[in-house]
Amino acid sequence: MSKLRLATAWLGGCSGCHMSLLDLGELLVELADRIELVYGPLVDAKQFPEQVDLALIEGAVANLENLELLQQIRRNSRLLVSFGDCAITGNVTSLRNVFKVDDLLTSVYQAGPGSLPRSGEDGDVLPELLPRVLPLHQVVEVDAFIPGCPPDPERILAAITAVLNGEPVMLGEDQRTFG
Amino acid sequence: MPAITLTINNELFSARKEQTILEIAREHGVDIPTLCHFEGLEAMGGCRLCLVELQGSPRPVPACITKAAEGMVVTTHSDKLIEYRKMLVELLLAERTHTCSICVQNNNCELQALAAKLGIDHVRFDYLHQQLPMDASRERFALDHNRCVLCLRCVRVCDAVEGAHTWDVRGRGSTSRVVADLDRPWGSSTSCTDCGKCVQLCPTGALYKKGATVGEMKKERSFLNRILERRRLAAQGRSL
Ligand code: SF4
Ligand code: SF4
Ligand code: SF4
Ligand code: FES
Repeated sequence: MSKLRLATAWLGGCSGCHMSLLDLGELLVELADRIELVYGPLVDAKQFPEQVDLALIEGAVANLENLELLQQIRRNSRLLVSFGDCAITGNVTSLRNVFKVDDLLTSVYQAGPGSLPRSGEDGDVLPELLPRVLPLHQVVEVDAFIPGCPPDPERILAAITAVLNGEPVMLGEDQRTFG
Repeated sequence: MPAITLTINNELFSARKEQTILEIAREHGVDIPTLCHFEGLEAMGGCRLCLVELQGSPRPVPACITKAAEGMVVTTHSDKLIEYRKMLVELLLAERTHTCSICVQNNNCELQALAAKLGIDHVRFDYLHQQLPMDASRERFALDHNRCVLCLRCVRVCDAVEGAHTWDVRGRGSTSRVVADLDRPWGSSTSCTDCGKCVQLCPTGALYKKGATVGEMKKERSFLNRILERRRLAAQGRSL
C-alpha cells in the first residue's frame, strides 16, 4: 500500500499547532509506516510538491506570501485541512484587523521602538500585509477543520486516522471546541 | 391545575396548563438548546436558540416563552431547526470578538460549549472585528463588551433577584450594549451592591471577576440555586 503523502504549512500562526503535532511523540514513529511527510517546517523541501494527499495548514492568511502559498497548496492537495484556531477563525493573528494596515505599522514601528521594515516593493524583506487577516476557508475551499489553540494531539491523531481509513474527518463534540 | 396533552417529537406527553414547551421538554429529557434562558429568571425569548416547529404554524416559535396548549404537535430537531441554530451561534461568534484562546472564560463558557455541541467547527460569516470598549472601572468586576451575546441575564437577575436594577440596554440591534446606571461607568454606579449575581449568571466571558486571566473564570452559581428554584416554581403557581 502506498503511503499517504502528508504536507504541513505554517502561515500566520505561532507554530504551536506544529508543536502539538510533535507532541504525538512515539505515535509519530508508528504513523511513519503509513505516512510520508513531503513538505512543511519539519522537513527540508523548498517547493510545495504535487499530488499531496493531505495538507494540514496552521495559521491564518495574513500576507501575500501566505495567500500565494495557500492557493498553490489547494491546487496540489486532495484534502486541505484548517489546522488550529488561527487557520479556522483568524484567532490571535486577526486581532490586528481592528486597525488599518498603515496605522498598524506606524503604531508598532514608528511610534514604538525600532524602524519600519520594508515591504510591498521588489527585494523587500517582508511580504506585503493583506488589509485583513482571513481564515483559510474565506480564501480557498477547505475540506475539514481541527479546532483548538493549539489542537490537542488527540484531535490531530483523530483527523489523520480518519483520512488514513478513508473516512471523512468529523471530530466529536469534545474535540471540536475552539480555544 | 388543569392538565393538557401534547405531542413532542411523535411522543405524547401530559403537562400542566401554563407550562412552556421548554419546561415540558426538559421534564421529559428532550434537550432543546438555550442561551438567554435561565431557570428562575423571567423568560425573554431573545436568542432564538430554542426555536421549535408547531404543526399548523407558518414559522418556528421560541420554546422558552411559548405556553403549551392542548393537542399541540411540536418538533424540536428538524433539519431546518438544526441549521437555524447553527446559523444563530455562528452569527454570535462573528458579531463580536470571540478569541477563546485568550479569554478569561476559555473552557468554561456556555457559548463555546454550545458551538461545539451544535457541530460548529468554523464560522461561515465574515467576522465584524469590532473594537468595543471594556469597562474595568468597578473594583471587583469587569465587563468586556467584545464577549457579550446580549442574553440580558445580567439585566434580569440584577433587577428581579438583587432588586438593584443597575443594568439596562442602550441602542438597537447589533449596536446594543448593556449599560450600568443609564450609561455611566460601572465603577461610578451607586445602585450596584457588588453582589456579583450578574457576573455569575453571565454565560460568557463578558462579565468576570478581576484578577482572572485566560481560562481562569469559572461561574459559581450554587448560592443562587434556592432563590432561582423558588422563582421558577412560583411562576408555575407552585412553591418549594
Ligand atoms: S466568551 Fe466564550 S466563546 Fe467568547 S471568547 Fe470567551 S470562551 Fe470563547
Ligand atoms: S453586582 Fe449585583 S447589584 Fe451590581 S450590577 Fe451585578 S447583579 Fe447588579
Ligand atoms: S454581559 Fe453577559 S449576562 Fe449580560 S447580556 Fe452580555 S452576555 Fe448576557
Ligand atoms: S432560550 Fe429561548 S429565546 Fe433564548
